Amino acid sequence: MTLENDKLIIAGREFNSRLMVGTGKYADFQQMVRALEVSGAEIITVAVRRVNISDRNQESLLDYIDPKKYTLLPNTAGCYTADDAVRTCRLAREAGLSDFVKLEVLGDEKTLFPDNEELLKAAKILVKEGFTVLPYCSDDVILCKKLEDLGCAAVMPLGAPIGSGLGIRNPYNIRIILENIKVPVIVDAGVGCASDAAIAMELGCAGVLMNTAIAGARDPIAMAEAMKLAVIAGRLSYRAGRIPRKLYANASSPLDGMIA
Amino acid sequence: MQLTVNGGSVEIGAGSTVAGLLEHLNITRERVAVEVNLDIIPKAAYDIYCLSDGDRIEIVQFVGGG
Repeated sequence: MTLENDKLIIAGREFNSRLMVGTGKYADFQQMVRALEVSGAEIITVAVRRVNISDRNQESLLDYIDPKKYTLLPNTAGCYTADDAVRTCRLAREAGLSDFVKLEVLGDEKTLFPDNEELLKAAKILVKEGFTVLPYCSDDVILCKKLEDLGCAAVMPLGAPIGSGLGIRNPYNIRIILENIKVPVIVDAGVGCASDAAIAMELGCAGVLMNTAIAGARDPIAMAEAMKLAVIAGRLSYRAGRIPRKLYANASSPLDGMIA
Repeated sequence: MQLTVNGGSVEIGAGSTVAGLLEHLNITRERVAVEVNLDIIPKAAYDIYCLSDGDRIEIVQFVGGG
């Protein structure tokens, strides 16, 4: 079995890689560019911020990223209300000329957990305005169903708090979401190492989105490669179908023909 | 006239357009989005949209993020 015809499809657009990566927290732009290349990611997240008008010598992200090579997924990080998130998405569309947005509406600075009420409000407005909305949300199937019903192109439940590296803390919730949601389910946030990414994919997720796990690793380039392989391995493992878990042993070697 | 751009004050000649402001600030128009008094100005209108004294302007771009 190969992954040749196993494309990730979001809002009718096809992607070969199921790993999505962020562009924040790298030591410098050169390191970021290399990590993005090695990861094989086709969708990369960016933030929307004020241009520094007092120092125009600063380099800009788009000096290093070719928007023709990557699908840019602008986020609404730092927004705590639906109004701010919608405003940010409208600016992002004008700056990038794409309808794809990673919608996040945060509820609290300490946990960075989503404010799901504001998230639903923003998603409703943005879908109506023609955005392709990929919402970062709680790992709650009822909420995911509401987001799907509103017309979101995917749902992106968290595995653990943003930047925590705690891994997939509630795989059963992710499984319940996967069984009940038709749009792609992408684990966003919480991944700390390659096995976490593989676990998300083995559960049957359509993809994994991460930033800190790569950018914050001691060697971000090596971790980008590890994540690429983990997502592929996890996907293959999911498609291959694991053996059932059994409490007792089951010999692999034949019992016939024993000499004693 | 006096404008508030990204929270700071900017002095520019009366009747300047959005395009004129971007040029004045040495900003490439392709990579930014501009909002005037909470309304987004489409790129196609940068050359004709005239700013007024006291306008509150946001000029944003993409930066690294997760």
